[in-house]
Amino acid sequence: MAGGTQGSGDAVSHTYENARTWLLMPSWVVLTFLALIPVILMLVYSFLTKEFRGGVIWDFSLAAYDQFFFDRGLFGDDPPTFEWTYITIFWRSIWQAGAATLLSLLIGFPTAYFIATRPAHSRAIWVFLITIPYWVNLLIRTVSMKFLLRDQGPLNDTLMGLGIIDAPLTLVNTNFAVQLGLFYSYLPFMVLPIYAAVERYNFSLSEAAADLYASKFVTLRRVLLPAVKPGVVGGCILVFVPSLGSFLAPDLLGGAKNYMIGSLIEEQFKGNAGNWPFGAAASMILLSMVLIVLIIFARSQAHREKGAK
Amino acid sequence: MKNILKTATAASILAMTASMASADGKVVVYHWFEYMPQELIEKFEAETGIEVVMDTYDSNEAMLASLKAGGIGTYDVSVPGDYMVEIMTNEGLVDTIADGELANKGNIADDWLNVSYDHGRKHSIPYQWGSTSFMVDTAEYTGNIDTTDILFSPPAELSGKINMLDSQGEVLAMAALHLGIPQCSTDRDQLKALNALLQEAKTHWSSFNSDTSKDVLVSGDAVVGQIYDGFGAKARAERSTLKYAFPTQGYVVWMDNVVLLKDAPNRENALKFMDFLLEPENIAAVSNFARYGSGITGAEQFMDPELATLAEANPPATAGAGAFIQVCDEATQAVYDQIWTNVKK
Amino acid sequence: MFKSSQTHDVRSYLGFKTVTILCLIILYTPLLVVTVYSFNASKSITVWEGFSLRWYADVFVGPESAKFKLAAWNSFVIAIIAATVSTVIATLAATGMIRAGKFKLRPLSFGLISLPIMVPEIVLAVATLIFFNSIGFQRGFATIILAHITFCIPFAYLPISARMQGIENTFEEAALDLYASKKLAFSRILLPLMGPGIISGFLLAFIVSLDDFIITNFVKGAGVETLPTAIFGAVKQGIKPNIMAISTMLLMVSVVMVTISYFISKSDKTN
Repeated sequence: MAGGTQGSGDAVSHTYENARTWLLMPSWVVLTFLALIPVILMLVYSFLTKEFRGGVIWDFSLAAYDQFFFDRGLFGDDPPTFEWTYITIFWRSIWQAGAATLLSLLIGFPTAYFIATRPAHSRAIWVFLITIPYWVNLLIRTVSMKFLLRDQGPLNDTLMGLGIIDAPLTLVNTNFAVQLGLFYSYLPFMVLPIYAAVERYNFSLSEAAADLYASKFVTLRRVLLPAVKPGVVGGCILVFVPSLGSFLAPDLLGGAKNYMIGSLIEEQFKGNAGNWPFGAAASMILLSMVLIVLIIFARSQAHREKGAK
Repeated sequence: MKNILKTATAASILAMTASMASADGKVVVYHWFEYMPQELIEKFEAETGIEVVMDTYDSNEAMLASLKAGGIGTYDVSVPGDYMVEIMTNEGLVDTIADGELANKGNIADDWLNVSYDHGRKHSIPYQWGSTSFMVDTAEYTGNIDTTDILFSPPAELSGKINMLDSQGEVLAMAALHLGIPQCSTDRDQLKALNALLQEAKTHWSSFNSDTSKDVLVSGDAVVGQIYDGFGAKARAERSTLKYAFPTQGYVVWMDNVVLLKDAPNRENALKFMDFLLEPENIAAVSNFARYGSGITGAEQFMDPELATLAEANPPATAGAGAFIQVCDEATQAVYDQIWTNVKK
Repeated sequence: MFKSSQTHDVRSYLGFKTVTILCLIILYTPLLVVTVYSFNASKSITVWEGFSLRWYADVFVGPESAKFKLAAWNSFVIAIIAATVSTVIATLAATGMIRAGKFKLRPLSFGLISLPIMVPEIVLAVATLIFFNSIGFQRGFATIILAHITFCIPFAYLPISARMQGIENTFEEAALDLYASKKLAFSRILLPLMGPGIISGFLLAFIVSLDDFIITNFVKGAGVETLPTAIFGAVKQGIKPNIMAISTMLLMVSVVMVTISYFISKSDKTN
């Protein structure tokens, strides 16, 4: 069923096989020079000796990775024990980004679906409605969000006015505020890919399922979702991965009392620490983590498809 | 779509050629945004015929990173804070100004001539100076505020209502003043005490925000907030019960300085720019705009009279000494970096 | 194929409309704050002191107005160029990935395309700056556009490829059977079907470029200011309502543009 006529997920056709190299060439060239080479440069940097106050000395060193994984005490001369500090920071970021992605999906999917089922001429307007707020700078949007969530802010006033709560909720400087901020920062990145996929969905499949007495929920889960999966996966990647490295929303809404990956790495390049190799190493660990997750995901997909056939 | 694209391309080509057209007769200034009044830039351009090209940054450290990543050699002057002048000098990023190269050097006030970070002003001239302390909303708290206890061992009623600057230098310097230890201590017991103090104090802090340090106080979200004096004056204008504290233990003093950068492409023009800023009338215009002190003799007569009487710029007799943020050596700094990581982990 | 009248009950899910409305409320309430406080008489962004147009006057005739106008214009031009180029590149790449058979380098190619979002921006910013400097590329407008095109590609690519995976290749096959050239099949069959995907990709790339601060700040060089770098640079003086006024006007511009495009598309249909 999942594969269906819909040409689900990973169907690859051969129509333009001869032109493949030319089609991919522009992206390969641009990304090799402006993404891959810089990333390789940072990979090299992560194995170099740090120069005090930023920069590197071209001597091989594992100090950056040592700092990440081993704790040598305040003065750096205790016997090494396993360092949990940075793992904790990574875990915290993953958790926050995951929660934000889930929130985006829960709100973004119905929204995208709703837009895609509007009459054709008004869909574009809905899509614009989703992106217009993002013409306003992220800093300004986040500050406004903070204003809304304040103890004496409009949200608490409204809730108290309606008698829903008795005392103001403390929302600013909480994990929830961070998740809300991340959600707000990246929502269109969830909605638009899903919209692009659902818009193409062949509703006769849902009809067929309904004819077979499938409940609406079952239809959603077994027929619709598999068919629009590329959109959902794309949306989740575009929300989750940038959320991991984000620091503006966590800093402003979360109070910056605890590092997130983004602010930790930022501090190595733009802060007092000035430890470029460590910043580079932390980025490389983050990069490999994301890559591993994506590979595992791709593998399990391929496996499931094989099983389905 | 095509038309928009055409217009856009034309505009961008125009923008590129515009910046190339003035290849000579310019000075490239690396500066904070909105830290120099536009009228003053226009005055300089009219007086000298030199065009001012601005690039901006958002923190001292970001500027340093950008210069070290290869930006050096493309800028003529930049405006680092006191400790950053010393760091940049150590890094070899600044040029030396020979005697007699600045006609107006004599205008520098004696207090600001032999500063710890640039003795004799060989690389820099004063731009603006002020202090960093904290403000307390006196409507919410009526006790004595002129003590660093407010930040580091606050009374119960202030716990959880304190915003700190998200800046390692400013927080750790203030903590050192509170403990009465040197800012670059190598004494292990002192460092352990500092680490323990911050771990304990952090439980009383609600947030670290620099960008909105004024807004959290004005809105009442924080009752206590670490803040620059100029910001403090603006905050008080909007919430009159806010009071700027001058702790008896001392407070942080800062000065932004104009430095001549190494390999400046327009060195002559850069010196003219610096000379221009050493004239009392011109630097006073900056002070009137940014609301900070100037460090130039004779600037007072051109300054807003109210600047001289600002509560935030006039410490009472009980105030402790003001101290610059100090620059530690590499080994010592590593410990302080670790302490800061412990605060934020 | 789409008998919407009959399939209405199958298509609509209870509560989806409510969620959409909730979503729009969440999106727009903070903007309401921005708009309201752009008319604030006081310098504060948190305390209301009465209605005033002073910040709009500040934006148009204030001493810094020229800088902000130029910055806004730069941002806009950069975003249009970067989004357009990256959308074209992403569309070609998606075709190469999804319509050109499986090949060995396909996973690697996908990794390369998503690389710009996988490393934190600051890392890409510093590394790109070092790279530009090491090849002697002078910083300015061109470096900003190149950098923006790069990090916009994954944002354009994912909606476009999601869309393309949903389009059966039977349409193109049919065209090819009728002796259409591959170019024709691509431009007349595939591209029109790709519409919503391409628009989504373009819009995402556009807002990402418009909002970028970190990378821009490092690669821009002297004399080029974008709106985000101006706004972040100005926080040394505190966030003032003039930034709210600029934001409100940007919103107005976007609303006007959307309204115009709506009427154009409507008149297209009537013709």
